[in-house]
Amino acid sequence: MAKLTLPVGDRDHAQGPASALVTLVEYGDYECPHCGAAYPVVKKLQEQMGRNLRFIFRNFPLSSMHPHAEHAAEAAEAAAAQHKFWEMHDWIFEHQETIEDPDLLDGGKSLGLDVGKLTKDIQSQSFLSRVMEDFQSGVRSGVNGTPTFFINGVRHERGPSYEELHAGLLAAAGKGESRPPYSPQTRSW
Amino acid sequence: MILPPGRRAPDFSLNSTPDQKVSLSEFLGRSVILAFYPADWSPVCGDQMALYNEVLPEFKRLGGELLGISVDGIWCHLAFGKDRKLRFPLLTDFEPKGAVAQAYGVYAPESGTTGRALFVIDPKGIIHWSYLSPVGVNPGADGILAALESIH
Repeated sequence: MAKLTLPVGDRDHAQGPASALVTLVEYGDYECPHCGAAYPVVKKLQEQMGRNLRFIFRNFPLSSMHPHAEHAAEAAEAAAAQHKFWEMHDWIFEHQETIEDPDLLDGGKSLGLDVGKLTKDIQSQSFLSRVMEDFQSGVRSGVNGTPTFFINGVRHERGPSYEELHAGLLAAAGKGESRPPYSPQTRSW
Repeated sequence: MILPPGRRAPDFSLNSTPDQKVSLSEFLGRSVILAFYPADWSPVCGDQMALYNEVLPEFKRLGGELLGISVDGIWCHLAFGKDRKLRFPLLTDFEPKGAVAQAYGVYAPESGTTGRALFVIDPKGIIHWSYLSPVGVNPGADGILAALESIH
């Protein structure tokens, strides 16, 4: 059973509290259509599970297949340096068909990023090593394509549909012994 | 049965282009990764060869030379390699069909293809690690990296 070799930590971009019952890590490629399809699925899971779910996105660009994926990943990391990672992450997945460099800059502009800095960061590949660090951690963890999900550090072996991911998350939440059991009916979050 | 670690890797000489052959014996002194896969043009994003193409620098850093092998013909390999921008050779186990896969114990007669199998061969030509994956499962690269690291 494949395990996450680089534990979730301060270097990661996270949504949801560290105390959440379950942590979902996605290794994704911004140009991969399957990741594009998983994007609204994760949004729906977050909506459904609220503060019981923490979501982390790590980069896994398959560059020779998806020529824009690496720059898109670097652009999202550059946006993170301007405290807008998730805004850029969402923008890219919502504009997956048009993510050439000028498009990424337009996107950054629409989000209120410092476009001069974003341009420089993309051109000089300021965040390439960060992206490759994510990639290598994925390879070492047995990521074999995108998207690959890990639930509480263990690879999710089933598909990326809402039903399959939700079932995996519920199963992992049920295993947390030191914490109160998760009930999908609870609406008090 | 798939050849286990400790066995000498059977030598072979297979075409990588219409007029070029690659022999395993050329690689003595270096580690070799043999990636047997069922067919070119697998229609998924998680394509195993595309993944290995991205991990190639890490394989090389650890001293491993990667060779892909399937029963597809050489023209098929060339078109596939070009389309996927692969930066490593694809060898054709085409005539007699699957003979090298059989020598390594990874031929799948029911489909007439090689199985999905990985071998890491040490610089002395001895199999250091081998793994047969279920045919529908991309085995990733983590096992290869761990094997390469454990050679030295």
